[in-house]
This record gives sequence, C-alpha cells and structure tokens, in this order.
Amino acid sequence: MANPLKAMSVLAWRNLWRNYRRTLIMLLAITLGVWAMIFMTALLRGMVDDMVKQGIKSLPGHVQIHASAYLDDPSITHSMAAPGGLLLEALNGEQVVAWSSRLKVPAMISSEYDNRGVSLLGVDPEGEQALGFNLEDITQGRFLSGVDDRGIVIGRKLMRQLGTRLGKRVVLMSQDPDNAIADGGFRVVGVFKAEMENREESIVFVGREVIQTMLGVGTDISEIAVIGQQYQSPEMLTEKIRSVLPAELEALSWLQLDPYLATMMRVMNGFVLVWMVVIFLALSFGLVNTLMMAIFERVREIGLMRALGMRPSAIVYQILVESLMLLVLGLLAGNVLAIVSIFPLKGGIDVSVVSQGMEMMGASSVLYPVLLWPDLVLANVVVIVLGIITSLLPAWRAARFRPVEALSRT
Amino acid sequence: MSAISCTDLCKYYQQGDAVIKGLDHVSLEVDQGSFICLSGPSGSGKTTLLNCIGGLDSLDSGEISIDGERVDLLGKAALADLRLYHIGFVFQAYNLIPVLSAKENVEFVMQVQGVAAPEREKRALRILQEVGLAGMEDRRPAELSGGQQQRVAVARAIVSQPKLVLADEPTANLDSQSMEKLMAHFRELNHKHKVTFLIATHDQRVMAWADRHIRMEDGRVISDKLQTSS
Repeated sequence: MANPLKAMSVLAWRNLWRNYRRTLIMLLAITLGVWAMIFMTALLRGMVDDMVKQGIKSLPGHVQIHASAYLDDPSITHSMAAPGGLLLEALNGEQVVAWSSRLKVPAMISSEYDNRGVSLLGVDPEGEQALGFNLEDITQGRFLSGVDDRGIVIGRKLMRQLGTRLGKRVVLMSQDPDNAIADGGFRVVGVFKAEMENREESIVFVGREVIQTMLGVGTDISEIAVIGQQYQSPEMLTEKIRSVLPAELEALSWLQLDPYLATMMRVMNGFVLVWMVVIFLALSFGLVNTLMMAIFERVREIGLMRALGMRPSAIVYQILVESLMLLVLGLLAGNVLAIVSIFPLKGGIDVSVVSQGMEMMGASSVLYPVLLWPDLVLANVVVIVLGIITSLLPAWRAARFRPVEALSRT
Repeated sequence: MSAISCTDLCKYYQQGDAVIKGLDHVSLEVDQGSFICLSGPSGSGKTTLLNCIGGLDSLDSGEISIDGERVDLLGKAALADLRLYHIGFVFQAYNLIPVLSAKENVEFVMQVQGVAAPEREKRALRILQEVGLAGMEDRRPAELSGGQQQRVAVARAIVSQPKLVLADEPTANLDSQSMEKLMAHFRELNHKHKVTFLIATHDQRVMAWADRHIRMEDGRVISDKLQTSS
C-alpha cells in the first residue's frame, strides 16, 4: 500500500499549492491561531503560577501544622508546643526542604499618629528566609537578626499609614492566654516591600522569643510552616507529617489552606483546553471553507480518480492528507512564532499599570509567561485532532461524488 | 463465456416532465478480444452504455456481467477495484490530473495498483514513447496540446494492460495522423493481448477499424453488424 499512499500524498501536496494565495491565507490563520493558543496559555499559566507562588509565599509553606482549633480561632489560646520527637524527625527528613515555627497572633500596632490591626508574626529570621522571605525586599534598614531581636520590621504601606519611619518606636498590643492585654514597644529596624500591597500593610515581623515572652507563652508557637520538594503536589508530604502528629494537631497542605488557589490550579488545565478549542472553532470555519472550495474546484478530477479506480476511502484519505499538511505547516509556523515571542519575555512583562487588578487576583505586577511542554503538545494535539475531525465533512462530501456526475461537471 | 454480457439494460433520466431514455432495453454480448465500435447521434446512449458497463453509472434495470461477474450488483469499493484492475477508460475530454506530469498521469493508475516504482516508470516511458510523446514526459497537461493530452489519456488507459478498454470519442481531438496511429495501437493491443475494445465514436474512419459495428439511437441498439476491419 506504500505506493498508493505516496501517490495520494504527492497529489495532496500539489493540490495544496494550486491556489497558493488561499493556502497562504489559511496558513496564516492557522499560524496566528496556534500562536494565540500557546502564547495566551503561557501568559495564563504564568499568571496562575504567580498567584499560586504568591499565595504559598503569603501562607507560607506547602504544608502547615497547627493546633486543631487554630484555623477557626487563630488566637494565642490555640497555640502548640515547639516540635519535638517524631515530628522533629519528620521535619528534618528528606522530603522537607525547609521549615520554621512561628507565633502568629492578631495585634494592634500604634504609632504616635495612627494605629492599625495587623498579623503579628514572631519568627525565626533564618527560618523565615528559608520559607521564602527575600532579604532584597527590605527597602530600608535590616531584617531581624535573631529570635531575640527586639526590633520590628514593617511593610512600606503600613509605615506610610502609621506615619512612622525607620528608627522610630511603635507599640504592639495583643492578648495573652488569659485574655489580658499584653503590649510592648518596638523600634522599627526594617521596612519591607511585597509584590502584593496588602502584605505590606497587614504583616509585621518580630523576633519569636520576644513575642513569646511578651505574651507569656513560654516556647509555644502557633504554626509550623513546611516547604517540600514541589508545590504542585504536597499531598505525600502532608500525609507523612500527619502520620507522626499527636491527635491535637493537624497538618494541612496549601491546597486545603487556600482552596481558592487550589481550584485555580485545577481549573487552569480545563480552562486551557477550553481556550484552545474555542480558538480552533474559529479556525475551523476557515479550514472547512478552504477545503470545501478546494474540493468543489476539482469535482471533475475527483470523479476522474473514482473512474480510474480510486476507492471512496482513498479520496477521503487524500483530502485528509491535504488538510493534515496544511495543519502541520500552520502548526510548525505557529509553534516557532509562539516560542520566539515568549522567549524574550522570560524576564517578565511589566503589568504595573493594572497592578491593583492583578493584586485582587493574587498575582504580582510582573507577569512571567510559563511555557509548559504539555501545553505545547496539547495545542498541537487539539489542532491536529480537531482539524482532522473537521476535515472529515469535506472529505466525506468529496468521496460521495458519483463518478459519472462529477466527470460531467465543467 | 462472454467478456461482457448486457441483458435488457434500462436507464432513464427525468428532464422536467419528459423522460429521456438513456438505455432502452439494450442487450449485448461481447466476446473477449472483440474490437467494437459504437456509433449513433448525440444522445443515442453510447456514453451511457459505456458508463454503465464501466460501473460509473447505475442502471434502472437489467444486468451487466464482465467475465461472469455481475457489475450491477457490486458495491462502490468493488466497482473501484474492477475499474482499477480490469478496465481502462479513455474519455472524450482528456481528463488528466492537472497537477501531475504526463508521466505521472500515466503512472497514476499503476501507482494506485501498487506497482513498484521502477517497473511503473519503465512501463510509463515505453507507452509514452509508443504514443509519440517521448521527451514530453515531464510536461504538465497545460503544457500539452489537445491531441497530446488525449494521447496521454490513452497511454494511461492501456499502460496497465486492462482486459477491457472503454473509449468514449477517443479521437475527437486528434488529427488524422494521430488518429491512425492511435487506432493502430489499439488494434495491436487487441491482437497481441486480446484486450477487448468498446469504442464510442462519430468518426467513420474509426468505425472502419472495428470488427463489429453497433449502431444506437434513442437508447436502443438499432443495428449490430460484423464487418471486416481496415
């Protein structure tokens, strides 16, 4: 069968270029369509990826360990003991890249001009950096030097709101386990920036031991944040930690801690497919039209081929090969165009003009396109598979011509 | 057993309120190796008869057998195979594939048959030389004259040595010299390989080459005579 297939492939290729203008226009449409599929998917992937990473960074961690009631009531009364025994062993295991324990309570911060409600984070500065805090985000002063650092690091926006500045003192006020007011004065030793402005106004960092002392909780903590090998699938790590947890503690992955983000990530795959199919549907009208025109221009030839002994299935094959050639050429050009246009944007696209909108979605003001091979493959598969399915109609029409009628066409 | 057996063939066309009789109770027996000429005015049913025998058109009633096989009962794929392996067609309008060269047009049927490339090329070049188109193998139909295109079409019909050649006005666009050459070639094939020829024509000179002359009118056979060919 090699020869007949080759004969039909040669015919298909030459027929494609009989009306080269029409073929080139269709190729351009397929190329742009494929480019749009891949390029827009890379942008969407980049945005969702950024949203997820930002979300994980602000949680922080791929997995968090709390007292069971802490998430419902994140007060100091639902704190837990510092990790030890099997839990500590698991946290120092191979699956864990970094971990840190934090004391996190709601608090009021006051300057001489204003006051604000914030999340007071008592942290180990080294552990916090391992969880993702970037020292380059410190715009003024320094980050905390240790768990016993008596300074406070606040966000840029909060500094503006409080009308304070580096070196000035602020007062932190919260509740101790007995519901009594616990407060303390802290000097602003550092100011940080964040991709999302709401972090700058809602979080303050203080040395963990200093806060533990202020609240009178000994070495108790509120949460342990854990970074695993990869954020996309934290389930195994979560299970491993759960297996060594005492009953009063719970371990939750970021997928459970932030269901919105988890849903975004899951929905993204479906959305990419829908997006590609929608673009292809627009393309398919042009493809069907092109093939139909090409077929009706050579009804007589198709009749001749039938008369010479070509089976209807061979006619279908020839039209499909013609369509496949068109699709493959368009795909090649579209893939190259997409890769060439995404590559220079790897450093990020500045979308700061819409930063507020991006922030509302949880994304930062720089968009990094993410080109995933599976997305590239999916775009190609969608175009080939749907293209062939779409081409079946014109091919079927061509195969149905009765030779004697087709030959009589002028 | 007859090479072709037609029994009571009827084929009608509706044209407005009128019914046109394409074939009106035509019966015909054709022996293997016959060289038959069909003549008659336009609309007499010559082309319809050839089309029905070749399985290009369907019958309203009647039976057609080629080498004992009922053509009128075959499905589309079986008919395609019958045409591919057993019948060579020559059409009045040359009907070449415009994107293929003369050689490729001649090779086309063999290629679909699955004949190996070297054998295909050898046969195509030889037949093109025989029909006087040596040196024009790589020309596309648009670069050939009407007569040359017809010779390519003839070469394509006979290159795979079918048992039956159905030719519809094969010499309509040929000059006298080309016509004589073509008919001589048909005759040679007929004598050498016992290929059966059924040729529809208006041309008296072509009729003179035939052993048997069938005249048709209004879809009916009005005379069927043996004759001595020139």
